Amino acid sequence: MADLRLTGALDVAGAAAHWTEVMAAARRGGLVLDLGAIEGFDTAGAALVLAAERACKSGFELKGLGERETAVLARVRGLDVPPPPAPPPAAQSWRQVIGASASACVQGVAYLGEVVVAVGRLPARQRMFRWMDLLRTADQAGVQAIPLVLLMGLLVGVILAFQSMVPMRRFGADIYVANLVSIGLARELGPLLTAVILAGRSGSAFAAEIGTMKVNQELDALATMGIDAVTMLVLPRLIAGVLVTPVLAVIMEMAGSLGMTLVLVANGIPWTVVANQVVATVVPADFFGGLFKAALFGAAVSAIGCRAGIGTGQGPRAVGLSATAAVVGGIVATIALDGVMAVVFFRLGL
Amino acid sequence: MSITLDRICKRHGSATVLSDVSLDIARGEFLALVGPSGSGKTTLLRLIAGLERDYDGTIRIGGTDVGPIPARERRIGFVFQNYALFRHMTAADNIAFGLRVRPRATRPAAADIARRVAELLALVQLDGLGTRYPHQLSGGQRQRVALARALAIDPQVLLLDEPLGALDPPIRVELRAMLRDLHLRLGLTTLLVTHDLGEAAELSDRIAVLRAGRIEQIGTIATLDATPASAFVFGFLGDSISLPAPDGKRALIRPDEVGLTPGDGPAVIIAVHLGIRQTRYTVQHGPHRFDVVLRGAPHPGLAAGAHCTVDLSAARIVSA
Repeated sequence: MADLRLTGALDVAGAAAHWTEVMAAARRGGLVLDLGAIEGFDTAGAALVLAAERACKSGFELKGLGERETAVLARVRGLDVPPPPAPPPAAQSWRQVIGASASACVQGVAYLGEVVVAVGRLPARQRMFRWMDLLRTADQAGVQAIPLVLLMGLLVGVILAFQSMVPMRRFGADIYVANLVSIGLARELGPLLTAVILAGRSGSAFAAEIGTMKVNQELDALATMGIDAVTMLVLPRLIAGVLVTPVLAVIMEMAGSLGMTLVLVANGIPWTVVANQVVATVVPADFFGGLFKAALFGAAVSAIGCRAGIGTGQGPRAVGLSATAAVVGGIVATIALDGVMAVVFFRLGL
Repeated sequence: MSITLDRICKRHGSATVLSDVSLDIARGEFLALVGPSGSGKTTLLRLIAGLERDYDGTIRIGGTDVGPIPARERRIGFVFQNYALFRHMTAADNIAFGLRVRPRATRPAAADIARRVAELLALVQLDGLGTRYPHQLSGGQRQRVALARALAIDPQVLLLDEPLGALDPPIRVELRAMLRDLHLRLGLTTLLVTHDLGEAAELSDRIAVLRAGRIEQIGTIATLDATPASAFVFGFLGDSISLPAPDGKRALIRPDEVGLTPGDGPAVIIAVHLGIRQTRYTVQHGPHRFDVVLRGAPHPGLAAGAHCTVDLSAARIVSA
């Protein structure tokens, strides 16, 4: 049982000076606070008294309260101050980061399953599948991407031809630049660069479109109306992506070959020779293998873009974050898949 | 259909959104859920609709436990605060969409769907506007389309999530009347989430007041007003003056039930605030300062600085 007699003015400065002492005594329990000798009392003093009262488990007593002190204390008590807001969450520990990544992986697999189920049930849900959406997406992701694909293809062809020309010429092997560039375009660069363009142009657009619908609760509205969002929103984009990417890859390969031919012709190699080399080098397996990869990349980019849209969170920045995630995810997935396909094609002897 | 909630608990991470909420909504009843932001009323609605999962407790609609039933199959009409209309479809297509996508076995014929859409448009007083796109409609009209869309699937229950929250006051009054009319005509079990107590009082049979994930009190507006279960309910139902009572509790009084008599008295008018057909006086009485609302223009004897007597004879005093 502690008996504490405070002196001086119990204002902001006085309360601060007494704070530690009073609170320590209060936490020990059984405190009698004597305010008979104080010379001033304001809300800071009242805050001290109330804090001590809260901290003191049992036997808190006030002595020597004047009329003024009682009134101030009653007024402050009446404020019913809400507790301070919880501090912002601390930075995540490595366990939490690993946990979050693992759950993201699980959700990704679940999404993949959902898409597969939606494809399987498509015959029963035909009417949820909107052909207009498919055509519109094919137009936006495909037809409208052609100028960009042409330009990129041409420049990549020119750059590759120039770069390989310099060392090859030293060996007098400049005619083989045609082999190098055409096989590189057909097997790797055509599909890969097309997928990167698709991720940048359309993966982000899918994420933004679906993300905006999510933020507007349109996805919830679909659910309450009995409509499967994956069938209605994801499948048309996925199919459009699969159909459009190989076509764009072919256009890019043709533009690249044209760029390469321009460089070679400018360096004195007749275009008939270039054409001969290309036809002799690129076999159908190279070409169709490349197209298969393009379709696969298109599926990955579309699916990841839609997934980012469906996973959009709350708040004004959420749609932007989803669009970014769609582009990054699409490009990373494309390159990872390309690596896997390189191993697969090697094993298959293609 | 009746709705029964039995001991519903819902957590978001470490935060408890709903704790131990039990509620019985009779068939055909109109129940309003009111409460401050973050009290869990929207979450409760989304749980019933199946838009949120992972909760403890049971939700029954018409006696069936809907826990394992996905939102798509619950046949619930849901109206959102921000309309959530499909922007690339006309109003009529928005309404018809839920019917058109049904599998062949349960899908009405095209002519029946068209008739149903026309009926619904008439029901929400939007005849002739079916060919407009959402961006060509006003907020009130959009919400009417959303309501028609929710009703189109012939729902078992109707859930309204602050349907009038985004609208201007005059439109709100108009739509309120329409909602009441619809409920009288269709008799659907309806749950309304709202901030606006006036809306809840006008539309609903009973009101449930939520606070921090718990039901604080449930009853008719008359019950809530006459016997509030707590200071919180009293405060939620309107402005209140809170004064220390002699027994250590707080006495709660409505500021418009207090009278002020000009002349010599212990109370002093600190400030006078003009209102619409009413005036709010800030009064200092001993150590207490509170606001009193009197009808009519400012009284000449009650200017700032004037003395007066506080009259509590007409006031109901609730202790909490």
